[in-house]
Amino acid sequence: MVGIITYGAYIPRFRIKIEEIARVWGANAAEITGGLGVLEKAVPDYDENTATFSVEAARSALCRRPVDVADIKAVYVGSESHPYAVKPTAVTVGEAIGATPVMTAADYEFACKAGTAAIQTAMGLVSSGMMKYAVAIGADTAQGAPGDALEYTAAAGGAAYVIGNDDPIAVINETCSFTSDTPDFWRREGEDYPRHGGRFSGDPGYFKHTLGAAKLMMELRGTKPSDYTHAVFHQPNAKFPQKAAQMLGFTKEQIKAGLLAPTLGNTYSGAVPLGLAAVLDVAKPGDRIFVTSYGSGAGSDAFDITVTDAILTKIDRSRGATVEQMLATKKYLDYAVYARHKGKIRM
Amino acid sequence: MTVARFWREIPQRYNLVGTKCEVCGDVFFPPRAICPHCRRDGKIVPCQCSGKGKVLTYSVLSAASDQFSALKPYVLAIIELEEGTRVTSHLICEPEEVHIGMPVKSVFRVLDREGSDGIIHYGTKFVPDL
Repeated sequence: MVGIITYGAYIPRFRIKIEEIARVWGANAAEITGGLGVLEKAVPDYDENTATFSVEAARSALCRRPVDVADIKAVYVGSESHPYAVKPTAVTVGEAIGATPVMTAADYEFACKAGTAAIQTAMGLVSSGMMKYAVAIGADTAQGAPGDALEYTAAAGGAAYVIGNDDPIAVINETCSFTSDTPDFWRREGEDYPRHGGRFSGDPGYFKHTLGAAKLMMELRGTKPSDYTHAVFHQPNAKFPQKAAQMLGFTKEQIKAGLLAPTLGNTYSGAVPLGLAAVLDVAKPGDRIFVTSYGSGAGSDAFDITVTDAILTKIDRSRGATVEQMLATKKYLDYAVYARHKGKIRM
Repeated sequence: MTVARFWREIPQRYNLVGTKCEVCGDVFFPPRAICPHCRRDGKIVPCQCSGKGKVLTYSVLSAASDQFSALKPYVLAIIELEEGTRVTSHLICEPEEVHIGMPVKSVFRVLDREGSDGIIHYGTKFVPDL
């Protein structure tokens, strides 16, 4: 059955505390961290972007489980911060992992769910027999305008998945999506920063689609929340996924391993792929994982996943840095240096 | 740098692909077309370096050209790779962290951007191998 052959994650080492951002903008830090449930966020280095995250995550995946890269026939990178407007990030990844030239590649964009859309595409290509392996990546150097609410959470990182049906470490039992035209968050061509509908991004956006896809998945599989060991939801902050989990009937314990927002922030397209990577870092054979992403605009992709014995025998998880290890490796920046890192200061 | 030159050097820049003489075993990076020891008796083949090595020597740069000014102060090091060949590269660490003999490993980073509308040059840098 189609599933995850191997996976890898990447989180840059720099952080900024939310209270430091609040200090600069004269905001109430306690109110903001309390409201969002986010204490700090990951910041890219000067020489990092979505392409470098994607390459590092893909290489980590291949380090954990060597696969013949000649069998990788597709690379898809989902992001809303592709370094070029025209020129795919996916070809840079393909070249850097040695999978070129006999492969197809494309970049995806669907706000924060482009990474899970890439996983669905990879599943289709593998399931149809068109190829043995396909690589799906979700990564972002998330953008938020200075002083905007998004700036408190817009973070950086990503994760890569090699999808195949050759002894997967986790079988993807089912995927389904829930999609509508909902203008809750957008960035027009040529603009540096996205805009959003404020509170409108909550109920008609995040919750309608997340709950829509999640409930649809449980209907399709005939399951209930207690059937799952872990659950991962998109995490634009720490509050939304906890509320969605509670509304659906998942416990705090079930979402604990995949809830990274408090110390990572919102990595946009990287958020659910990183949350799932954190779960796979600790998963045991037989664990069942419920995953629901959300991308503004708007849509959600849900996945029902079962971890197999291969996670103990076919992959060496210690050969790649775990999400926990990368979150623990950090250097704090003040706002001025953070602004330089993010290119917010134009010379 | 011209687009063509960058494109031609992608295998070296992304994946540390050098060459190896199958006769004497020496590895060359950047790649050599002829083995300087074995000359016409040598047999040169592509060789991808592992990316692991150690710092042979280094400088901390506080004055940089425009394209690297955002990085300063930064460490430029000569790194001896496991394969025995040497490469000059940015070493991403605090200047006070670096020391001769420090184990390092390769990472994929942006080397340079040709302004806001030009090509982004990707390639290999090094970080401490902790």
